[in-house]
Amino acid sequence: MGKAKTVIEKIWDKHVVHQEEGKPDLLYIDLHLVHEVTSPQAFEGLRLKGRTVRQPNRTFATMDHNVPTIHRNVIKDEISKKQMDQLKINCDEFGVPLAGINHQHQGIVHVIGPELGLTQPGKTIVCGDSHTSTHGAFGALAFGIGTSEVEHVLATQTVWQQKPKTLNVKINGKLGVGITAKDLILAIIGKFGVKFGTGYVIEYTGEAIRNLSMEGRMTICNMSIEAGARAGLVSPDETTIEFLRGRKYAPQGEDFEKAAAEWKQLASDEGATYDAMVEMDAEEIEPQVTWGTNPSMCIPISANIPNPENATSESDKNEIKHALEYMALEADQPISSVPIQHVFIGSCTNSRLADLQRAAEIVGDKKVHPDVRAIVVPGSQTVKTQAEEIGLDRIFIDAGFQWRGAGCSMCLAMNGDIVPPGERCASTSNRNFEGRQGAGAQTHLVSPEMAAAAAIEGYFVDVRKMAVPTA
Amino acid sequence: MEPIRTHTGLVYPLNRANVDTDQIIPKQFLKRISRQGFGEFLFYNWRYDEKDQLRPDFSLNKPKYKNASILVAGDNFGCGSSREHAPWALQDFGFKVIIAPSFADIFYNNCTKNGILPVRLTDEEAQQLITNAESKEYKLTVDLELKKVYDSEGFEASFDLPQYQREMLLNGWDEIAVTLTNADKIDQFEEKHVVYPKTITN
Repeated sequence: MGKAKTVIEKIWDKHVVHQEEGKPDLLYIDLHLVHEVTSPQAFEGLRLKGRTVRQPNRTFATMDHNVPTIHRNVIKDEISKKQMDQLKINCDEFGVPLAGINHQHQGIVHVIGPELGLTQPGKTIVCGDSHTSTHGAFGALAFGIGTSEVEHVLATQTVWQQKPKTLNVKINGKLGVGITAKDLILAIIGKFGVKFGTGYVIEYTGEAIRNLSMEGRMTICNMSIEAGARAGLVSPDETTIEFLRGRKYAPQGEDFEKAAAEWKQLASDEGATYDAMVEMDAEEIEPQVTWGTNPSMCIPISANIPNPENATSESDKNEIKHALEYMALEADQPISSVPIQHVFIGSCTNSRLADLQRAAEIVGDKKVHPDVRAIVVPGSQTVKTQAEEIGLDRIFIDAGFQWRGAGCSMCLAMNGDIVPPGERCASTSNRNFEGRQGAGAQTHLVSPEMAAAAAIEGYFVDVRKMAVPTA
Repeated sequence: MEPIRTHTGLVYPLNRANVDTDQIIPKQFLKRISRQGFGEFLFYNWRYDEKDQLRPDFSLNKPKYKNASILVAGDNFGCGSSREHAPWALQDFGFKVIIAPSFADIFYNNCTKNGILPVRLTDEEAQQLITNAESKEYKLTVDLELKKVYDSEGFEASFDLPQYQREMLLNGWDEIAVTLTNADKIDQFEEKHVVYPKTITN
């Protein structure tokens, strides 16, 4: 028997095209996802050098960042429209398959990859987008790249990569009732910080991770980059396999069974070693709310906003002060006393059918608070259709939410869905950076359940006090 | 890209940790389809007020830093979004070297693909440079061949970066052309490497 390996090493070893002293490895890429914002300069680079796309059938494009969520074909911003038109021109010219704005499969690139079965265990997946880490939920090695690398992958189907260090993030025990994957990943980042994963690929292990649905695992892996890790993954298991069975681009019939058997072999071996490890107990986790301007600035719903005077270093003290000032919050104020004006349920972190279902359960027959504007943006056209088939749109609309079309929307506010300056948003997205949802906008990251509860109450509440506990 | 071997320039100190790429270049400026012209939007929400007027109190708007070409910042510089518009904006503004105690992985990589030299120094060294540049007009030299940073007053520090990235920066090579010298290896790899699906329909 050979050396015990992690899933990360197994995938890596199967994709090394070329190794040379003094260079990173030349790594083969199985799936290259493309969107309109980070690709135009890459296609232009190919054009200038007379290069082609090496593997159009291992490349898949969609439009998500700029897409209007109200009237899909009324794009008021001329520059946005030009960027989307350019993607169509580029895909036509270079033969790249595209799910354009009116395509039934259009959606957030990290929602549609898994949904279509393009994302599979053991694949190497890249995209000019830092949240490519999402696809790691399937036991794929998936990471974000810059536009120069997008051009490189288009031309060569490879990328130069230093073999990463491995980090085991082990979550022991079970999550409490009403505690979600979003609370878990926020709590992890809150505890270990925004750069503990820098230079590493994370593998999430432990009972709490094993018990998560694929949607939950995607939420966790999605935010790996918020911990500094370019990629985060979960070893494939039965949950992974059952999710992929029957998906459009997954292997079919006998081929699927054969592939599934291989996927199971990818799981990290007993006794495999990691370069580093951290552990956390799932039981200790409460619903989380971020109070500051990076995702590690988060606290349980029962807690008070930190006081800079209690910081352990001068630089932490300054950071807390700066964040409180931007967020217009008082030190020591209970987070549950903070009123909100906007709610955004969506983004590549939390816009899948299961996310919307759980939010809808909280909403039930209640109404959105009169001082709150709340929007629900499904992650893809498919999610939207499926949600409408089971009546989720009615629950949200009857409660006073706006039910929108699929796209990135208010996560980064590039398409016109913005939070005005000085106003506060409970958001299921992944970044609470200054200005992320609009210049001067104040973002609080939460789970879909917590966002739904905040929409109804007008301020942050412990969702466990609203939910009917499941047996 | 332009090769970079040594660079001497004026230092701009940005004494903040976790400067994310949303701060370096906000999303409303990512809609352009060329690589040029992002410099005027650098640190937009810090440099401009709500009426799009320059804020005179923001340090980078001060005349003394007008010709700065070396940026020194706090820990975890360039975190967040993978947008290469961030290094494009820094470069277009005039920065050739970024110094910090640590960088986010994607941002670091993106710099090296564009001929910007990211330099990792210790916390203390970076703080020293920030203090120097806050108090006076302060110049530094960065030598990529020697992997050293020094000034005319006796400050000297060593830094490291992967050999491959150092060579790419020193020579300003077109990375795709380098990779394509291994095209036969990619061909051979693809012959035995199976990927589902075989084709993606539109």
